[in-house]
Amino acid sequence: MERMRDRGRRLLTRRGEPAPPTMAAVGSQWALRTAVLVLAFIGTVARAEEKFASRGSVQAKLSYCKDCHGASAQGYPGFFPIPRLAGQQTEYLENQLRAFIEHRRTNNVMFNVAHALNPGMVSALAANFKQLNPAPVGGAPRQLSAAGKKIYEDGLPDANIAACAACHGPEATGSGEIPRLAGQLYPYVIKTLTNWGKERGQNPAKPDTSAIMSPVAHSLSKSQIEQVSAFVSYLK
Amino acid sequence: MIRSVLLKIAAIAVAGSALAGQAARAESLAVRDCTWCHGASAHGYSPAPGLAGQQFQYLANQLADFHARSRDSPFSKQYMWGAAENLSSRGARDLAMYFSKLPPKAANDGDADLVAMGRTIYQEGMPDSNIVACVVCHGPNAEGIGQIPRLGGLAYSYLKRRLEQWAEGYHAAAGPPMPDISRKLSTAQINALASYLSFIK
Repeated sequence: MERMRDRGRRLLTRRGEPAPPTMAAVGSQWALRTAVLVLAFIGTVARAEEKFASRGSVQAKLSYCKDCHGASAQGYPGFFPIPRLAGQQTEYLENQLRAFIEHRRTNNVMFNVAHALNPGMVSALAANFKQLNPAPVGGAPRQLSAAGKKIYEDGLPDANIAACAACHGPEATGSGEIPRLAGQLYPYVIKTLTNWGKERGQNPAKPDTSAIMSPVAHSLSKSQIEQVSAFVSYLK
Repeated sequence: MIRSVLLKIAAIAVAGSALAGQAARAESLAVRDCTWCHGASAHGYSPAPGLAGQQFQYLANQLADFHARSRDSPFSKQYMWGAAENLSSRGARDLAMYFSKLPPKAANDGDADLVAMGRTIYQEGMPDSNIVACVVCHGPNAEGIGQIPRLGGLAYSYLKRRLEQWAEGYHAAAGPPMPDISRKLSTAQINALASYLSFIK
């Protein structure tokens, strides 16, 4: 058998050219190619898995977010006001988490938090928070609400400020990359509007959606900020 | 005419000072009931924690919880249930107000070698271990706010015990996050936090 094989090989070999590979060699070459393909496939799958966080780790991470943001993500007035995430637009939440990761939005605590999140986790968290619907925590001075409602619905034409409702919606539920404001914490909305330019859009080379709010935030007076913040904080 | 007016003024002054004297005596009696254990300047005397400079709302809430027996750790049962038994809500408020205004003093009794680790956990948290940064609620100097207590300057053994008791299932009548948070902390992390906090003025 072996002699026949060797004869075949000698017949197939042309003078000066390397001998064709033996069956065993061909077999091992295929084995090698298959192995490479399998490894590449596994590699692709592993990279794809980074996009999708495992359910157990999502639950653990959610519970961690809720340690600060509240058991139903309703927000919490700690030493620093911690915003409501419940019912928030997923696109807005994902944008903010990315802004923290890329340092386009300033917050020392959220820098640390966001860096530990892969893209799959970001999407999973946002999807979870969207589903929650607790009552607003309240606490704002109620007497400011009426004036706030006027600003929210009519804007301030003299100051060239559009009605908030025009973008954030009549119920302040937001849409797409425009955030929900309904039920947001009173001290948080105040802080956000007051510090807009200091906290958002921090990378001038990479302008983001925060640029839209910049003129509005700058033009509102302190009392107007308090009024509109109080108003939205009570919306369900 | 003037004489009767003067007499009336004198009468009011005497009555006023008698009342003030009574109030001062009442306050000092109630305070003494506390300082037996909590220390003459309310800086704590193990196992009783410091009360000086503690957040008013937090103190008032704790006294209400001792009175209602919802805060149920062993020392709470042994000492504070009895202490708070006959406290009216007005009395509790007055005591809370009184202690909140006293100047705090750091216990300085933690492990100095663990302070750096404790500071990191407190100020930055450990996101990879899902441990939050305490600073967000308790403040940059661990001074607390509203119903969130001051942690700065409390005794190492007290802070350690509190963090461990939540994980053990005792109801410290704190809001939702604390039991969940402390269950995630390892012993080393608890020791580090308690050490760091005990040195904060």
